[in-house]
Order: sequence, then structure tokens, then C-alpha cells
Amino acid sequence: MAPLLEVDNLKIDARKDDGSLTPIVKGVSFNVKPGEVLALIGESGSGKTTIALSALGYTKPGLEFTSGEVRLHGQDVISMPSEEKRLMRGQKVAYLAQSAAATFNPAMTIGEQVTESAIIHGQLLKEDAENRAKELYRALELPEPERLGKRYPHQVSGGQLQRLMAAMALCGNPDLLVLDEPTTALDVTTQIEVLKAFKSVIKQEGSAAIYVTHDLSVVAQIADEIVVLYAGEVQEHGSAEQVVSTPNHDYTRRLMNAVRPPPAAGHGDKIEKSNNEVPVLELKNIFAGYGKIRDGTANISVLENINIKISKGQTVGVIGESGCGKSTMARVMSGLLPASKGNVLLRGENLKPDLKNRSRSELQKIQFVFQMADTALNPRQRIDQILGRPLEFYLELRGGEKRKRIAELLEMVELPQDFAGRYPDELSGGQKQRINLARALAASPEILLCDEVISALDTIVGANIIELLKQLRKNTGVSFVFISHDLSTVASFADHIVVLYAGKVVDQGTVDEVLSPPYHPYTRLLISSVPELRVGWLEESVDEIEELSLKRDQGFIN
Amino acid sequence: MLFQAVLKRILIGFATLFVVSIIIFLGTSLLPGDVAEIILGQMATPESLAALREKLGMNHPPHTRYLLWLGNLLSGDLGMSKAGSGAGTIGTEISVMIAPRLVNTLRLAGMVALISIPLAMSLGLLASMYPGSRIDRTITFTTLSIISIPDFLVAMILVMIFAVQLGWLPSIAYMSGNETGWQLIRALLMPTLTLVTIVSAQIIRMTRATILNIMSSPYIEMAILKGVPRKRIILRHSLLNTIGPIVNVIALNLAWLIGGVVIVETVFAYPGLAKLMIDGVQTRDLPLVQACAMIFCGTYVVLIMIADMASIISNPRLRHPK
Repeated sequence: MAPLLEVDNLKIDARKDDGSLTPIVKGVSFNVKPGEVLALIGESGSGKTTIALSALGYTKPGLEFTSGEVRLHGQDVISMPSEEKRLMRGQKVAYLAQSAAATFNPAMTIGEQVTESAIIHGQLLKEDAENRAKELYRALELPEPERLGKRYPHQVSGGQLQRLMAAMALCGNPDLLVLDEPTTALDVTTQIEVLKAFKSVIKQEGSAAIYVTHDLSVVAQIADEIVVLYAGEVQEHGSAEQVVSTPNHDYTRRLMNAVRPPPAAGHGDKIEKSNNEVPVLELKNIFAGYGKIRDGTANISVLENINIKISKGQTVGVIGESGCGKSTMARVMSGLLPASKGNVLLRGENLKPDLKNRSRSELQKIQFVFQMADTALNPRQRIDQILGRPLEFYLELRGGEKRKRIAELLEMVELPQDFAGRYPDELSGGQKQRINLARALAASPEILLCDEVISALDTIVGANIIELLKQLRKNTGVSFVFISHDLSTVASFADHIVVLYAGKVVDQGTVDEVLSPPYHPYTRLLISSVPELRVGWLEESVDEIEELSLKRDQGFIN
Repeated sequence: MLFQAVLKRILIGFATLFVVSIIIFLGTSLLPGDVAEIILGQMATPESLAALREKLGMNHPPHTRYLLWLGNLLSGDLGMSKAGSGAGTIGTEISVMIAPRLVNTLRLAGMVALISIPLAMSLGLLASMYPGSRIDRTITFTTLSIISIPDFLVAMILVMIFAVQLGWLPSIAYMSGNETGWQLIRALLMPTLTLVTIVSAQIIRMTRATILNIMSSPYIEMAILKGVPRKRIILRHSLLNTIGPIVNVIALNLAWLIGGVVIVETVFAYPGLAKLMIDGVQTRDLPLVQACAMIFCGTYVVLIMIADMASIISNPRLRHPK
């Protein structure tokens, strides 16, 4: 069969401010056959999105095609005149972006955006396009297909919006779909629903697809062919079965190793402790939320009756889907958000709910590590200033003592000493996250609240940060509250797990208790939703997951 | 939700006006000298001063005087001018002084708004449609130059060109009040031209910046990748999202046209409201200053309130709650 898309020795450069060119894609070639799903897999900076966008003859601003061709039906889309490109986009090749929330225009109805491409290209009349959209809503198992088109993007959930983007791409019957990390921003349980919908709809429509992702387990479920990319070059190219089961290239193997095993009992580190010790931090009957507080209930209640104890040196993993109240809980612990009712106890002593009323030594004991190191580190301060501030503020270290401690902290997070003189912008994502950790450790805390600290990092970098956290725990004896939506990560790092659903603790205990039968049904849903790194897993597990989600939606909790 | 947001905004508007009235009253009370001294002038003796103060109600404590003033203001009585009508007399009614000036000011502001808003928005749109092009660079350079020049200089330059060099238009815009039709337009043309230049420059820049900002958002990239034509991207995908910021800058400029154009009015000897207020300050005519200040502040508050309403109403989250 003749290939639908031929990428032929494609080279793309980035133009810097001074006019010089840096290669981003360095001569990549591959073909996509009709009806085939090809996955482009790699870390951030591997050029996978840039390559995928070239199928639409498009580059992000600042990038330029330098050589090579991308042929769709034998015609080069790079050298195409811009009006022809416009006619091709949406009609022959359609794009699905990573974040549907940002990709939908907030001021236009969903229906108008879904049908727009098909209508302006003259493929369908308005009425036919609307009927086609409703058909797709049904195929993608979206609620109320008749009325959905009249709604606005903010009126539907994130998972629904992601599926709506698929409807938007498919409405004009394109020959090729370009999917750019379409499930990365979703919760595991939602990811499965979306993945399943994508897979069946691609099959039904018979369109080919390029699937861009960094997640090998997801790729194994959906791809026929896999192309592994690193630094703008193809490392390995083969069938999904072959790449997943017998990877040839070293880099592919490293990617596979960084994939954490499916969550199961026996992976967590156990720390011996006596039970009668006073917990370092305790939440007692905590209620919290946002808005005005009346009679101990917030206007928008998020957390209800939370009871958690954290012993010295213990790592408590908090797991749940987005919106379940994980981050709110960390904010209550740190005092950023005063609880509306209940007590936060530090070593058995009541803490003031509001951060403003806590003493300096109380503040010092509980430190927060935020998800995005990019926004948590002041870009105008050098690393030594960032680390020096808590040392001065909490420990009153000055001059030589301070410099010595900064050096120790850098060593602790395994960064070279000369980083002290650098600015955050000069560091990679993983390095910034290390500095973010060192900043929290600088205060010599007893408890470190880590809120999704590896969620924004690539698999391999994230795995390294987990190793570092294990080291730090061993060397410092600090207790960790590790918040994540990724059960595999929590299972491999924590010794105690708290499962949150809709603001309530539905399950808690040691890793082995929570992750061995009998499972709580919601925990079981979370466990079974984590994709396994093998071909065919999705088909085998989908029935069980559906049954469990149904139970969840019917409210097994109450 | 929409109704609540609008109602809340209106209440905030009234609260602001109330606070503003206190500040204006306190501010004018702090000015040196008092009206009694000014009215009596040379004839002032301690006895006559005391008598006049008693008559004018100036011996009441400040909060009583404030409430009296506010009460009169609310019932439409702007009070009597207390200076400028000759020694020993209590002057004309302020509303009589203000009315013709307000008409002049509104006439000028209306002309300027009528020309500059459509002109500026089209030019801003044009510049943002072809960023980096020659059109865009010309527009950006010209508007930046105009904004950087003080407004009286813009006025002088235009006078140099149109009145002195070309001799097409009068260099002053004196109005006797009887002008009609072409005479009126001719008199208004120079100040209008000056203000249109200044106001348009700001609106053009803001329109361009707002649209360009929206144009770099992911949903516009998505529209490009869907093959939506450029014209439709701007008119359908981005314009609705730009209403809020653009209406705000227009409202600020309109408010400035009512109260802030004193220099331009002076250059052209145009009898507007801002100039009346400055005259009031010079003659220490406090009730007149207070009345003018209240009109200016009221205009600001109302216009900004309208702008905020436009942003509230153009926000789909408020228009279509979950």
C-alpha cells in the first residue's frame, strides 16, 4: 500500500534572537500508511511535537524548515503555497492538541468550533455538519449529544473537552490525525476513557494517525508502529509489539526502565517505627474549602472530615484524581489555606489554622515544594540567593556559615557547586526541581509537602528525582507528604497511602494494606486504570474499569 | 450569575462615587483662604467676615456642611458661585455657569469619539493583521511618536500646519454660542483634530497589543491548524475576546476627553468645562471647583463602570454559567 504520509529527511532549525540557527530536528524519515497509528515517543526537547506539526506544513513561531520533504498523498506540504496549506489543514490532516482547555475558544460554542472546519472547507453544509458532530459525540460517549453543541467550553469537564477535540478533528473526515499528547493532562481514570474512545473512533473512521507522547504504556495500547526520538533524531523504529517487547536501542531500554512497575504491594520502602510515638503532624477532623466560612463550613467545601497521622521519617502518599482535594490538603497543612473546622497538630501541639499566626519555628518545621519549579523559583535571583534566604530567615546563618550550608544543600540534591552562581533560567527542568527541593530542605524542616513534584517532568528525569527523594529521606529523617495522581509513583516511594475521593479519605493504610486484596473499590479502579506496558492491555482491562467507574459514579462511597 | 455580577458592579460604582465625594469635599476644604474673605475682599472686617460666614453656613462643623452639600448635590442643586460677581454680592448659580460649558465639552468629546473610535479600531486591527509588515511598522512608529509628544505640542504642530502654513483653519476655537452648521464645525475642527490624533494613538496601540496577545494563544493556533482563513480568525475567533480590554481603554480616553483636556482647551481658547474649573481654582470659587470635580469624577466612574459591564457581559463564563 502506498504511504499516506512520507517524512523524508526532515530538518527543522530554531532561529535565535541573534539570527543564528540551532538544529531541532536533524534529518528524520518515516512513513505512515493509511489506517495506521504511528507513535512518536520521546522526552521534551526530542522534537516530537515539531515533527508532528510538520505534517500540517506548520512550525511554531521561531522555527524554520531547512531541508527535507513531508509528502501527503505524494505532495510536499512544506513548499505548498499558504492558501493550499490552509485548504489541506482540517480537511486532509487534523490536529489534536495536548490541552483541550486552552485549545477551545472560550467565547465560542462547542458546536461552532467542532463543525467550523468542515463548513469553511465546504465539505459539509451547516446542518449536515451538525448532524455529523452529534454522531461523533455519540461515538465518543459524550453526554447529551443533542444539546452539547450549544454549550460553551467552560461548561463541560476536562475529559469531555479532550474527547470533543477529537470530534472537532474528525468532523471533516481527515485522512490523517495528528494527536499531540492528548491524554497527558488527564487523570488515569479519565485517560482510559479517552484512550478507548480515540482508539475505537480511529478504527471506525479508518483514518491514519500520528500519536505524540512520552508515555510508553499509553503508546503500547494505541500504536501499530513506534518511532523513538531523542534530540531530534530517530533512535529506533519498529512495530509496537517489537519495540515494547524487544527494544533494540539503548535509549529505548532506558525509557522502559524509567517506567514504574504497575502499583502493587511490596514496592514501598518500609520504615521501622514505634506506634506509640507522637505523630509529627496530625490532621484531626479537618474541614476546609474556599469562599466565606459560616459555622465551620466553607462556601465551596472541598475537604470533609480528614484524619491523617504522619510519624517521624514516614512518607505518606496522597493519591486521587484532579479536584479531589489533594492540593487543598497540603495547603491546609502548611496554613496557606486555614481549615474551616478541625485541628492541625504539630508534635501534638495545636497549630494556628492560618499561616500568618504561626510562629517562625512552626513555619520552619513544615515546608512546601511546589509542582512547578519554573514558577516557584524567582527568575531574577541567583541560586545562592534562593537557598540563602531560608537559611538567613530560619537559621540566622550569615557569611561563611551560610555559604558552607548552601554547598552542602547543593551536594545533597546532587548538583555541582558552581550552580550557586547561576540563575534558574540557566537550569534544566529536572535541575530546577532539585533546587526547589533544596530550597525547602534549607529550612531544616521536619515535614516536606511535595505537591506533584514530578508530574511536569519527563519519565527519566522524574525517576531520578524519586531516587533523590529516597536518598534525602534516608539521610535527613524528614517526613514526606507526597501528593500525586500517579499511583505507580506513590506505590514505589511511600510507606503509607491515603486515597482521596471527592474531598473524603476513602481508603488509607500502609502500602501493602491498601494495595493488596481486599481492595477498596475506588482504589481498585485507580490500580486497574494505570496502563501496563504491554500491547493488548487496554482491551483486556476495559470491562473491569468500566464496571468500577460505574460503581464510583453511583456513589459507592456513601 | 450575570445579573449578580452586574448588580455588584453598579453598587461598587455608587460606593466609589460616595468616597470620591468625601475626598473632593475634604480636598477643597484644605485649600487656603475661604470664600467669605474672597467675596468681601478689601471690605473685609472681622465683624463682616463673621456675619457672612454665618450667612453662608460656614460655621457648621465639617460633617454637617458635607451632608448639606451632598444633599443639595443629589437634589440637583449645585449651589451658588461665591466669587467673581463683584464684591459684596453672592454670585450666579453654578448650574447656569456650567451648562453652556458642559454642552461645549460634550460637543467636542462627541465629535472626537465619533471619529477616533472607528478610525483607531480599524487601524489597530489593520496593524495586528500584518504584524511586522510595513503598514504595521508605520502605524506603530507614528502612534508611539504621538503618545510621546505632550498634547499641547501636538496642538501647536497642527496649528503650525493648518493655520499658519496652509491657512485653512482658524488657530483658535472661540465660540460665541450662536454658531451653527459650517461655522460650528470650522470652529471645532482644530481641537477635534488634535484630540483625535492623541486619543486614536492610544486606542490603536491598545487594540493592536490586545489582538496580538490573543493571536498568540493556543486556540488561535488551533484555528490556524483547522484551516480557518485569517480574516475569520481575527473577526470571529479573536475579536470577541478583545472586547473587554479595548472597551476599557476607550472608556478611559472618553473620560479624559471630558475632564482632562484643559491644555488643549487653553491652546485653542475653547470654552470647555476643564477650563472653567481652572478658572474656579484661580478665583478660589470652591463650590464651582467642587461641582466640576464631581462631574469629572462622576464621568470617570460611570464610563469605567460601563467598560467593566462590557467585560462582564462579553465573558462567556458569566453569560452562560454551568
